[in-house]
Amino acid sequence: MSGFAALVARDLRLAWRRPGDVAVVLAFFVVATTLFPLGIGPETNVLARIAAGVLWCAALFAALLSLDRLFAADFEDGTLDLLLLAPWPLELAALAKCAAHWIVTGLPLAALAPLLGLAFGLEPDALLGLSATLLVGTPTLSLIGGLAAALTLGARKSGALLALLALPLCVPTLIFGAGAVEALATGGDFGAHLALLAALALVALATTPWAIAAALRQAGE
Amino acid sequence: MADLHFLANPARFRRLSQRVLPSLAFATALMLAVGLYLALIQSPPDYQQGETVRIMFVHVPSAWLAMAGYALLAGLGASLLIWRHPLAALMARAAAPVGAGFCAVCLLTGALWGRPMWGAYWVWDARLTSMLLLFFLYLGHIALSRAYDEPERGDRAAAILALVGVINLPIIKFSVDWWNTLHQPASVARLGGPAIHPTILVPLLWMAVTLLLLFVLLVLLRTDTEIDRRRLENAEVPA
Amino acid sequence: MATSLLEVADLACRRGGRRVFERLSFTVDRGQLMALRGRNGSGKTTLLRALALLVRAESGAIRWQGTDVAAEPEAWRGRLAWLGHLEGLKGDLSVRENLAVAERLRGGQPPDLGRVDAALGALDLLLLAGRPVRTLSAGQRRRAALARVLLADATLWLLDEPLNALDAPAQTAFRAALNRHLAAGGLAIAATHADLGVPGGRTLDLA
Repeated sequence: MSGFAALVARDLRLAWRRPGDVAVVLAFFVVATTLFPLGIGPETNVLARIAAGVLWCAALFAALLSLDRLFAADFEDGTLDLLLLAPWPLELAALAKCAAHWIVTGLPLAALAPLLGLAFGLEPDALLGLSATLLVGTPTLSLIGGLAAALTLGARKSGALLALLALPLCVPTLIFGAGAVEALATGGDFGAHLALLAALALVALATTPWAIAAALRQAGE
Repeated sequence: MADLHFLANPARFRRLSQRVLPSLAFATALMLAVGLYLALIQSPPDYQQGETVRIMFVHVPSAWLAMAGYALLAGLGASLLIWRHPLAALMARAAAPVGAGFCAVCLLTGALWGRPMWGAYWVWDARLTSMLLLFFLYLGHIALSRAYDEPERGDRAAAILALVGVINLPIIKFSVDWWNTLHQPASVARLGGPAIHPTILVPLLWMAVTLLLLFVLLVLLRTDTEIDRRRLENAEVPA
Repeated sequence: MATSLLEVADLACRRGGRRVFERLSFTVDRGQLMALRGRNGSGKTTLLRALALLVRAESGAIRWQGTDVAAEPEAWRGRLAWLGHLEGLKGDLSVRENLAVAERLRGGQPPDLGRVDAALGALDLLLLAGRPVRTLSAGQRRRAALARVLLADATLWLLDEPLNALDAPAQTAFRAALNRHLAAGGLAIAATHADLGVPGGRTLDLA
């Protein structure tokens, strides 16, 4: 367990040393969501209707944007070899990397989303709901995106390929995440959506670390 | 271990496939001719959908094969990762575009069928949307397996992706169904109903078997080509 | 005849469909250095990676005290210190931080200051210890990576071109550290073109 904690702490410290990297991701999130009212028009009821979907999609893209470097940096400077050679399970290392990614992107995205939701005319309970769904849903994005990042390690054009691999696998999270917020507005069952979102996170937690570890091992060969 | 040697096994496969391929091709052509007669001429038009129902004879088997094709990719992926079966990688590389092709045929025929049925080429029907996502999974597999300078790395990465994809397919299907019932209450006509009439069922199954043969034929042919390609790339002397 | 501590038997490896080497057998015992030589592409790096279980060998076995290391890979990895052709250092962390993180990633507690300083001192890095690695020269980075190997306190060192980019004093310092490691009963396998200055060191030619 000490290796796991050390790896999370290392990645957080590295992110802290380069606050610009996180800031760029959050700025992308803000700018991308701002484009929708500009493209669609400022009618409040239309915007409130699409807010959940737009914010969820933008959060998904923002999370993917930052995943490109998740393992690539370690791959390029040789620290990935040290992880492969660590005398504790690589699956835990994969989990630690994704956990650190979630802390530096998923958490801030969930915190920032209500502010943007305000600009889309969401009601206060929908704002809270949006934040809650992002809190529960973004770990899945970090795990699935982490897998895509590991699979594309050392590939040509890895950035676009990463998105192509991760996006279809993120569809269920998107559906239940945006659906939950919409359920709040239409009187649907918010709790059921959130429970399904949590179930998706658990499935990802149970399956992706193995796949990421397998992908990292073959990248090391 | 000796028979797992890179070329020994594919070489045996080649000898076998080249014996089978001509008769398989002949059988497929024959089945296709009969199948098209059954589907286009012999079976009656639907009392509701008229002649357009005939699209189903290609559309539905294509959907089945697209799904079976992805399961095949996952199986080949497992055999590559677990047993390091060298032929599995080549066959997956050969099968992915074929499966994607059937998926595309399913989507295109679905759109053609949708125009008279729903009045639009594309509606966000749960089945069609799931098929579209399956098509994206295929695209990812194809792109990933060809994204590396070292083809073996692409093979293994794509194998992992296929296994993860096959676990996620039911989840995607479930979520799309959920999304669909939430957003547009079921009104689209569903295929068949409780019992499909034999005049439709027979040509449908016939075409399913025919397209399955076509699928196998294409995969075998393409696997042969992959073996040749890999052999040329690894040749120490100019071939 | 007692079995050797490390025994490589009939090892064969394949890269990109081609066999890099086959039927490779050798032994290394306590206090011994095995220098790997051979032309570019002869498989020195592949052999080192196979020994670390980073590359799966096609056939053959690597045995430690008579048992196959693949049976308990994590125990085996705990015995290794690795220096690849990449340094394995984070540019944004200081030399000292890099060493501490690497040690904790090996599953250990945060190393005590005295040990870190000893490793840094052995390669004359004490004055650079607080500098971010990205500000160091290539030779200084190589020294920092070697300090990481020293700190690991591992039985078997696997080194890929350890003297790369090192100036003469640094080479001398590394040779001294390597000899101390061997004198203390350690083992080392190094791919190198240069002389590692170990009396009685053995070499393996990968043609």
